Amino acid sequence: MSFDDAYDALTDHDDDARWAYGTGFSDPLAGVPTAVPDGVDPADLAAYCLMLGDDALVMSHRLQQWVTRAPELEDEMALANIGLDLLGQARLLLSRAGEVEQAGIEQAGFENAGGPARDEDALAYLRDPADFRNVRLAERADEDFAHLVARLLVFATWRLALLDRLTSSRDPVLAAIGAKGVKEATYHREYAAGWVVRLGDGTDLSHTRMRAAVDAVEPPAGELFEPHEVELRLAAAGVAVDPSALREEYDGVLAEVHRVATLPPPPPFEAATVGAGRDGVHGPELVEILNEMQELARAVPGGVW
Amino acid sequence: MTSGATALRSTGAGIGPARAGSPSAFDVVGAVVDPELPVVTLAELGIVREVAETDDGVVVTITPTYSGCPAMETIRDDIVRAVDGAGLGRAHVRTVLAPAWTTDWISESGRAKLAAAGIAPPGAAPRRGAGPVPLVLGVRQEPVACPQCGHAESERLAAFSATACRELRRCLACREPFEHVKEI
Repeated sequence: MSFDDAYDALTDHDDDARWAYGTGFSDPLAGVPTAVPDGVDPADLAAYCLMLGDDALVMSHRLQQWVTRAPELEDEMALANIGLDLLGQARLLLSRAGEVEQAGIEQAGFENAGGPARDEDALAYLRDPADFRNVRLAERADEDFAHLVARLLVFATWRLALLDRLTSSRDPVLAAIGAKGVKEATYHREYAAGWVVRLGDGTDLSHTRMRAAVDAVEPPAGELFEPHEVELRLAAAGVAVDPSALREEYDGVLAEVHRVATLPPPPPFEAATVGAGRDGVHGPELVEILNEMQELARAVPGGVW
Repeated sequence: MTSGATALRSTGAGIGPARAGSPSAFDVVGAVVDPELPVVTLAELGIVREVAETDDGVVVTITPTYSGCPAMETIRDDIVRAVDGAGLGRAHVRTVLAPAWTTDWISESGRAKLAAAGIAPPGAAPRRGAGPVPLVLGVRQEPVACPQCGHAESERLAAFSATACRELRRCLACREPFEHVKEI
């Protein structure tokens, strides 16, 4: 390796080089069968993979922003690891979304048939905010550490319940992503619940701030359980999970964590006053995330890192 | 798998001893060390699911430990390099997601090497019945022995350590911190 040019020396010259997630990263689904289950609209399946993938990608980015800002080094490690798990899930889901989208294009005989599928990088870095399908909970900025753990508890409890049911999906790729993700989300929920209990059942100050955090974070979470028409169609086909079916498990876990944390029972969901993230309606917070995440990719299109 | 497969071995139960003579592709791939835990090999870690020698080269199927495991790319490169270095031609590395990796697939020799390196090996992975994943509040109570002094009890310091697959613990006797591979 020549060090005449330090930048060049860092560059990976593999054919598969990517500039996005790292150097020379390859398709995380390499060799995984790509067929779409019978009777399933590829456009629906691609949209669903984007929903779950965007949830993970955007939440992962928010967690990464906490690195160097967490109260203790151990928590930075934890948040980085949880963010990494979610990033891994996002890579699989976005890759699957791109493949299935292309399968739909081929099936329909559109004029861009025969072209390459959009890969994980194109989907993560070259989409505009209105094309993201994540729930709005994932993009919310955290005012303090209590807000973060309250939000992570809601997110991880909901996602664990979802991934657990996804393991019986008729789509073998989604079922496998679910089975792998359950093991990870179990730790994510445990971490968040542990901090909610520690702060809620801590000092007067920590209790007050933890209570303020759950009061701010939990009421808007009703969006997590409102099914999108794509989810309903795919749930009927045995491929997706109807999120309204997750409510009972979520309520039980949140009630138990609140009880042990000496917090009042979870506040009720508020009526939705804003558009749904699943329809591409997002707040300025997602724009802020994407500006940061996509800046380099947009400035140097196709650049190799 | 391609029809040209001439050798097919998986890491599931019932694997026989290595063949005598020149090393098989499985042995070459299995002997590659984990880049994050270089004391154990990929075979000992249980992530090599299948190695097939085909007319088109060696097809290696591996499974990730965690969805976001950043070592996977390095592992792919190391496998390609090892197969090429052994004169077995080009390796094609594929991923399989199901069944999901479990720490139960870490071999006995892998566990012994981890312990010798000061990393407590995992116990048996948790078994779940039907219904939701049970909520665990507070520190898990399962005993993890100290790999340094052998004392049976330790406490968790942090649920996540230098990698997603490990946690940080402290021995209650010698007070030394150590890492433990979490059961999944």
